[in-house]
This record gives sequence, C-alpha cells and structure tokens, in this order.
Amino acid sequence: MKAAVLVFPGSNRERDVAKALTRATGHAPAMVWHAETSLPEGTDLVVLPGGFSYGDYLRCGAIAARAPVMDAVRAHAERGGLALGICNGFQILVESGLLPGILTRNKDLRFICKSQHLKVERADTAFTRTYAEGQIIEVCCAHGEGNYFADPETLERLEGEGRVAFRYCAADGSLGGTANANGSVNDIAGIYSEKLNVLGMMPHPENLVDAAVGGTDGLALFSGLAKAA
Amino acid sequence: MKARVTVTLKTGVLDPQGKAIEGALGSLGVAGVESVRQGKLFDVELKTSDPAEAEATLKAMCERLLANTVIESYRYEIAG
Repeated sequence: MKAAVLVFPGSNRERDVAKALTRATGHAPAMVWHAETSLPEGTDLVVLPGGFSYGDYLRCGAIAARAPVMDAVRAHAERGGLALGICNGFQILVESGLLPGILTRNKDLRFICKSQHLKVERADTAFTRTYAEGQIIEVCCAHGEGNYFADPETLERLEGEGRVAFRYCAADGSLGGTANANGSVNDIAGIYSEKLNVLGMMPHPENLVDAAVGGTDGLALFSGLAKAA
Repeated sequence: MKARVTVTLKTGVLDPQGKAIEGALGSLGVAGVESVRQGKLFDVELKTSDPAEAEATLKAMCERLLANTVIESYRYEIAG
C-alpha cells in the first residue's frame, strides 16, 4: 500500500493521518503539497486530511478543490485509485465534484467537537473490510460545517446504490435525535463514490488509533486500507 | 468594466445563519420581518470592455467557483 497525504495551506490533521497510516501500513506515506501536478508514482491511496484549508474562505474546501493537485486526484480516482477525504477533506471532495452533495453549516450553528458513534453501513469496501456490517464504532467529530445536504434525486441514488458509508447514531445504534448533532440528511456521516473507491467522511477515524488516547475504532479503517493493495 | 455578482441559497435550502439573524432582529424589536436569507456579494473588475466577453467570464467564474450550484444560485449585473 503506497499512500499519499495531501497538504493544503490550512490543513492541520495531515500528521495524525500520517501516523495512522504508518501504524497500519508499517511505513510513512508521502506528503504531497497542493501545488504539485502529480501524485507520486504508484500511489494506491490518496488522503485529503482535515483542517481549515484557505481559512474556509468562500465555502469550506472550495478553494482547495481547485488546487493543481486535484486534477491528479481526479485522474487517480477515475483509474479506480483509492481516495479518502476526512472532515475538510470530505468538503474538498464534494467541492471538487468527486462526491455529490455539499456540507453546510451545522443546524444549530455550533462547532461540534465530541466523541461520536457511527454505524458502519457495509463491510465490503476497501475502507470498511475490517469492520462488520452494522457495527457501531466510536470516533471523533470536530467540525462547524458537517451538515450533509443533497437534492432528493441524489439522495435516492446514494441510498439505492448503497453509497452511504457511515451514519451518525447513538451508542446503542439508534438513529436520529441528538445522535445526529449537525442535522445531516438521513444521518449521513460519510458517502462513497459510484465505484466505491472514494470515501468522504466528516468524523475523524485518525483520532482513534491508539488505546492510550481513547480507543482504536478508527485504526481498523486504515488497517483495512493497508490490505487493499 | 465592473460587475456585481450575487450568490444566494436556493429556495428550500436550510439557512441557519439567516434564521439566527431573523431571531436577532426579533430580539432587537425590529418589527415586520417575515424572514431573512443570507447571501454573498462579489464586486468584480474585469479587464474586458466587451459586454459579451464580460458575460461569458462572469458565467464561468460563477459556475466554476463563486457559487456551488448544488445549493446556491447566482446572478450578475454588469455596471457600464
């Protein structure tokens, strides 16, 4: 597994992602600056980390989505290469058109920073192979604009094609109510591209990769990816 | 030539910021407000003096960057 982590001006979770990938794959990923026009030769997985690229100017992820390196990411995804966008990385993926919909301001306008349970919708993708279908995992949320929105036709397509990756839920797996703090439509916390090779998610699996800092539910995602190539 | 681009949320898209402003106007005692929707305004100076070229440039910048047409619509005016 050859991984690359993109770094935009204002990214701030790239080192955590690199640590998680190093732990899961046994070697450090390449760190790729946004102004590059290509990914390192043989890249299997590209990760867009969290942060506040370009200070969230215009719309979260909007400027970063137009960075030179994104053409290379688009070509990589078209070839079937794996791409993972976390938090701001998810916002960049929707702004770049690699994933449908958009992430808008949290419904109560508050920045949400807390532990969050997620339901794993399917366990047959490169990202979730080490989880079980329907498994409840605990990761972290830290975002102000995570309220997923898509028009009804897009939503129907996502649901129909099994492209919802994770849903916000309570510890017992129940959906709705306070479990969905940001107001995302259908409790959506993460979605896949049509070919299931691109995943965007608001919560941070890279926060939970070490028992010493609260748990390892996030590590499984990276371990799964390590086995993907 | 100068142009002004206005980007607003499409009808039906939840606007929590507009709602918060609406609430604040209420607490200020500003009466008669039915609802508030927040948008964005861009003043753009274009190099061209040809209206058709200006329009093409404006349309391209709106579609490609200034608006996210999933939730936003845009309009522009060219000011002489």
